[in-house]
Amino acid sequence: MSRVVFPARVLPYLLLSPQIAITAVFFYWPASQALWQSVLREDPFGLKTTFVGLANFRSVLADPNYLQSARVTVVFSVATALLAMAAALWLASAAERVVRGRGLYRTLLIWPYAVAPAVAGMLWLFMFNPAMGTFAYMLRRAGYNWDPLLDPGQAMTMVVVAAAWKQISYNFLFFVAAMQSIPRSLIEAAAIDGAGSTKRFWTIVLPLIAPTTFFLLVVNTVYAFFDTFGIIHAVTGGGPARATETLVYKVYNDGFVHLSLGSSAAQSVILMAIVILLTAIQFRFVERRVHYG
Amino acid sequence: MASITLSDVRKVYPGGVEAVRGVSLDIADGEMVVLVGPSGCGKSTLLRMIAGLETISAGTVAIGGRVVNELEPAARDIAMVFQNYALYPHMSVRQNLAYGLKNRGTPAAEIARRIDAAAAILEIAPFLDRRPGQLSGGQRQRVAMGRAIVREPAAFLFDEPLSNLDAKLRVQMRVEIRRLQRSLATTSVYVTHDQLEAMTLADRLVVLNGGRIEQVGTPIELYEKPATSFVAAFIGSPAMNLLPAVRNGEAVTLPGGGKVAAALGPEVATLGIRPEDLVPGRRDDAAFTAELTVAAVELVGAESYVHGTTPEGGELVFRVAGRSAIAPGEGMMVSASAEALHRFGTEGRRLG
Ligand SMILES: Nc1ncnc2c1ncn2[C@@H]1O[C@H](COP(=O)(O)OP(=O)(O)OP(=O)(O)O)[C@@H](O)[C@H]1O
Ligand SMILES: [Mg+2]
Repeated sequence: MSRVVFPARVLPYLLLSPQIAITAVFFYWPASQALWQSVLREDPFGLKTTFVGLANFRSVLADPNYLQSARVTVVFSVATALLAMAAALWLASAAERVVRGRGLYRTLLIWPYAVAPAVAGMLWLFMFNPAMGTFAYMLRRAGYNWDPLLDPGQAMTMVVVAAAWKQISYNFLFFVAAMQSIPRSLIEAAAIDGAGSTKRFWTIVLPLIAPTTFFLLVVNTVYAFFDTFGIIHAVTGGGPARATETLVYKVYNDGFVHLSLGSSAAQSVILMAIVILLTAIQFRFVERRVHYG
Repeated sequence: MASITLSDVRKVYPGGVEAVRGVSLDIADGEMVVLVGPSGCGKSTLLRMIAGLETISAGTVAIGGRVVNELEPAARDIAMVFQNYALYPHMSVRQNLAYGLKNRGTPAAEIARRIDAAAAILEIAPFLDRRPGQLSGGQRQRVAMGRAIVREPAAFLFDEPLSNLDAKLRVQMRVEIRRLQRSLATTSVYVTHDQLEAMTLADRLVVLNGGRIEQVGTPIELYEKPATSFVAAFIGSPAMNLLPAVRNGEAVTLPGGGKVAAALGPEVATLGIRPEDLVPGRRDDAAFTAELTVAAVELVGAESYVHGTTPEGGELVFRVAGRSAIAPGEGMMVSASAEALHRFGTEGRRLG
């Protein structure tokens, strides 16, 4: 592509300004606020604010609850990203094999993406609520002791499944597009070369959709870190006993429920750093192993 | 090594397109058969049915005496070379060649031996550790050939393997494929719509038209005795002159031009004359003569093609050796002897 050179000096900035304005209002402004807040301490009544330097960060990082929340976040994010991607990949490869009604099948699989996170959370809550959920009832009838309100492992499973379910559609869409862009003759050549459908999937399809998989890995990790607040809030509220309190959830809890603004701001700054780091690592190390067409 | 037998093979695609309408063909062990025909005549479909990439709607395909209709492509012991090469882009050339052998559990030492042998034949040894994306079109073509060779299959199937190459490379690869097929003596089915490729590669040529076989024979048989006016027009370049005959009582005239001295017979609907059989000048023993105004002269190197129009508006092409002195606008006579006339009936079938 050739570089477009604008004759005027103002026009390029004018064209960029809406994007810059939006980013400024919704990212730079709150981010700078968080940065500023993170070095302040406010008394419980909001009457007095003092500058405390890095004290907020020190106390946050020394807090065993915070470290517990970090562990929860790692487990939750890895499980959610893996589940969402594996399920979507499986569905996409199944969709490739469908001959009749392929369009309908795809449309139906894309719908969950249009469901708001809180609504998705409620959906799963209703299905698996120990008191009224249909599936909870079925699980207990089958002899399984289902009680996510008390059992941390079950609570975690439930939020992971709910969060992954919400993301499957998105991943599915990308996987389907990636698989369709693989020339049919490659698959045919592999079939003639004696590779069965499973072998073809692992040795031809998967390597060729690696760029998409890598992209989705980044997106899903960021999603699990940041975009799952609504689901956790609706399904478990971080409980039982903080078993599903992720870092994002804790930011909200400490800041808006316990009104410890300085600590909450310090946490969001740490979170921001983690995500920047994570994305950088992914691009640096994972991308190297990816073959681009 | 195996023969391939097609018995009344048909293909109806979902949606009702009849791509192949009853093809029967015996391909002998070690023979190279070329399927040729215009676009959409069902060449690829037929080849893909042999490969097992397309289900067979009716009839049977047998490879080495064994009916393979229900067999997976992998179980048919064939190798295919695709038009776009279909090399695995994420594997090195070596891995591309090894893939089919590994899947069949060939021992590593044997795989290495076969790759080295194929690489030597095809001169791709320097590229074995490169990816297909780092090769030129011609090199990719060789790798695709190599992938077929290392398998040592019962048959090679080619679907227009040279059509993505430039003209010069195409000629070179054509010669090479021919030489390779001869030395390996592996039964081959080769699809092309390039009639020159078809003529030079084939032991036997199969001309397809609308899903049916028009004619099967050696290239020279098809050239000298085309069974139908379709084959006559399709084989040979420039194409055979085909002049419609109109019956006028007992006499037959060619509104396309020219006088016919020889008795054509009452059934003749079309008269065909190859461009090289038309010679400038009037001759007493000529069976066909026509008066032409030269419209254009194409010099293609060793010979020239002269395009002319008859007073009646018909068009004739003839061939002269070397650089021709004939200039556009010139008037001249051309004639042809009786043996050079191809006569076709109303259905397009050859007469006599
Ligand atoms: N998957 C398909 N579904 C329906 N019709 C098809 C399909 N594939 C091919 N056809 C039709 O079958 C006929 C034969 O197609 P085929 O690809 O065999 O032609 P071909 O002789 O190889 O032509 P070309 O020289 O252009 O490659 C065509 O009319 C084509 O439109
Ligand atoms: Mg074709």
